[in-house]
Amino acid sequence: MPDGSRRPEPDLLEVRGVTFKAGGRMLVDHIDLALRPGIVTVILGPNGAGKSLLLRLMHGLLTPASGEILMPGAGATARTRRGQAMVFQAPVLLRRSAKANIAYALKLRGVSRAERNARAITALEQAGLAHLADSPARRLSGGEQQRLALARALALEPKILFLDEPTASLDPASARAIEGVIGDTHARGVKVVLVTHDVGQAKRLAGEVVFLNRGKVTEISPAKSFFKRPESVPARQFLAGEIVE
Amino acid sequence: MFLSRTFTRGCLMLAALVLSLTLASPRQAAAKPFIILQSSTSTVNSGLYNFLLPRFTSKTGIEVRVVSAGTGQAINNAKNGDGDVLLVHARSAEEKFVAQGYGVKRFDVMYNDFIIVGPADDPAEISGLEDASAAFKIIAAAKAPFASRGDISGTHKKEMKLWKASQVDPVTASGTWYRETGSGMGATLNVAVGLRAYTLTDRGTWISFKNRGDFKIHVQGGTALLNQYGIILVNPEKHPNVKAREGQAFIDWILSAQGQAAIAAYKLGGQQLFFPNAGTLSSLPLTGRD
Amino acid sequence: MSDFSSALSKALYLLISGDAALMEIIALSLQVSLSAIALATLIGLPLGSVLAVARFPGRGGVITLVNALMGLPPVVVGLIVYMLLSNAGPFGVLNLLYTPTAMLIAQTILVTPIIAALARQACEDLLEEYDEQLRSLGAGTGQIIATLLWDGRTRLLTAILAGFGRAIAEVGAVMIVGGNINHVTRTMTTAIALETSKGNLALALALGVILLALAFAVNAAVMGLSGTAERAAHA
Ligand SMILES: Nc1ncnc2c1ncn2[C@@H]1O[C@H](COP(=O)(O)OP(=O)(O)O)[C@@H](O)[C@H]1O
Ligand SMILES: [Mg+2]
Repeated sequence: MPDGSRRPEPDLLEVRGVTFKAGGRMLVDHIDLALRPGIVTVILGPNGAGKSLLLRLMHGLLTPASGEILMPGAGATARTRRGQAMVFQAPVLLRRSAKANIAYALKLRGVSRAERNARAITALEQAGLAHLADSPARRLSGGEQQRLALARALALEPKILFLDEPTASLDPASARAIEGVIGDTHARGVKVVLVTHDVGQAKRLAGEVVFLNRGKVTEISPAKSFFKRPESVPARQFLAGEIVE
Repeated sequence: MFLSRTFTRGCLMLAALVLSLTLASPRQAAAKPFIILQSSTSTVNSGLYNFLLPRFTSKTGIEVRVVSAGTGQAINNAKNGDGDVLLVHARSAEEKFVAQGYGVKRFDVMYNDFIIVGPADDPAEISGLEDASAAFKIIAAAKAPFASRGDISGTHKKEMKLWKASQVDPVTASGTWYRETGSGMGATLNVAVGLRAYTLTDRGTWISFKNRGDFKIHVQGGTALLNQYGIILVNPEKHPNVKAREGQAFIDWILSAQGQAAIAAYKLGGQQLFFPNAGTLSSLPLTGRD
Repeated sequence: MSDFSSALSKALYLLISGDAALMEIIALSLQVSLSAIALATLIGLPLGSVLAVARFPGRGGVITLVNALMGLPPVVVGLIVYMLLSNAGPFGVLNLLYTPTAMLIAQTILVTPIIAALARQACEDLLEEYDEQLRSLGAGTGQIIATLLWDGRTRLLTAILAGFGRAIAEVGAVMIVGGNINHVTRTMTTAIALETSKGNLALALALGVILLALAFAVNAAVMGLSGTAERAAHA
């Protein structure tokens, strides 16, 4: 357990004793986790471990059955979500142009009409999508759609960016492009929380690794030591490519 | 409140459309006085009103809006005060309507007559008879198809009266050779032609009816087949909304020499459809009251 | 059947000759049904989208009710509106019976459940896809509803057109509350009923052909307009 978890005021976000149940199953089982600034946190684990659920809980899309999610100075989850953005495994784009998708998100955050247009164009340029600004978003290719979803999230200028397997369904080139943007985002000081089951990707991006198995965190380690010498048995099995118990 | 501009604009446009459409409805004509005449469908279908009403309107400036419904429905509408004048052909119902206080007074206006029509080959061999009840008896004995209005309209009431006189209860055969359409005269004639069934119809509807196939008149002329029309002003004491003055003006006109002459002048295919008989005290001389 | 060819030629003749009586009933039919659709849209879309998004006790029952009301027989609607507007009824004083407004009311009642139910389904399908993403972006309930209505516009338009089809084609309700009064409340469908009852099958059929052409024209116009708007939106 990281020692930061008991501090009264969390740096960014802290998960304390959070559980989530559905259909009588304990899907997220008493998780404690503190997100610290300055490093990329990768949540790693086999399929069905509860990684996506944990991300949704932190982002406030799900309400924990017990435990709490703490943020600095804040109580209300609706307001706290303002400092966050999330990219889903399958991008959900609205039935409008690429630019309008970004402008829409900015509008929800109360950005003025004039400003959101400029910011949308900037975001599209940074994602290399400027030439597709007026194309219907849902006609873009899979890679372009995911880059647009990422650009939309970044246009909100979040403090924390949650990414749920953002490259899982992309070809290597598109995946590499997304990883590049993730790296840049981290470099600009945004806290990145990345869910993946791709060990290679975890190695390339992680500052620390949270290993999740069957709804439980089995270890939280700095990336270097994790990949060299994982502490928990499930993590060892996972890295060895074995079936995790 | 967050609503996209286009969306809000769309809503406003829709609202404006509704308003403009409803406000611009033909009620602009409201300045012109009008009355509502509840009448039986058969009279409307005969085309009589298209001939009669312009004459009345040009004389008085009063427009007559004719609601056509089955006699039963027309009487019921008038009972609810949804009309100023009632013109139907179901005398006992009309008299009951007045007796119950819904109408002011009933006047004879005109008559036409009923006929029995059927397929040209006349399977029950009733052609040439004048006595409708006798013809009905033969039809029943032959179990020849017969289409009945079955809607408690004036025509249907007349038909039931004739069955009673023939001492046959056709309703027991309902669904076999006896078919109740539950519809208006025109619809029933369409069914009769389709089923090659005999049916009782008023002559007016028959003459103006286009979808006759090979159907012919088989029985006509008997006094029991005469069909008296009455006109009644809906009682303004019961329903204060009734336009008594305009309604009475229409009744006065249709009973006047001018109105009566107009009725007699209406011809379809060279035939006179209605015979005015206002003011002849006994009205139809021989009818059993229907 | 010779009736069909004669109906077609009659229909063409009536249209080309610009028959005044025909133009009058076409105008009235369109006026009543389009207004009814506009009203039903103003009620049905918000109702349907709120039903899709809101969670409240009895929601399942309300949805089942709205779905069931789609099957309301026009005659029943006509009777109910008649009883309300009759001089013996609660709203008799308004003197609306046997006016186009009465027909507008009846058709609005007839069509609103159709638009609401289809809108509810369209919005709910879309919500399943959008819900988490919109909430992640920080959308509130009102914003979610507005987004569903806008992004579901193609299906909603189809729902509205379905409602229009029902309104322009129904005869039972307008017959009872309109009374089929010549020059006042005679519509395409009541005229068809009248001509049928006169045994004028060819003319009735000709009017039917014209009604179909009318419905087709309205659908084509709406689809054309929305297509243009869509292209403009993405230009
Ligand atoms: N809303 C839900 N209701 C019931 N079970 C769920 C729900 N969401 C996820 N699960 C189950 O919880 C487990 C973890 O899911 P998830 O977090 O999506 O796994 P992953 O680690 O692959 O992202 C899976 O077994 C999944 O079937
Ligand atoms: Mg997952």
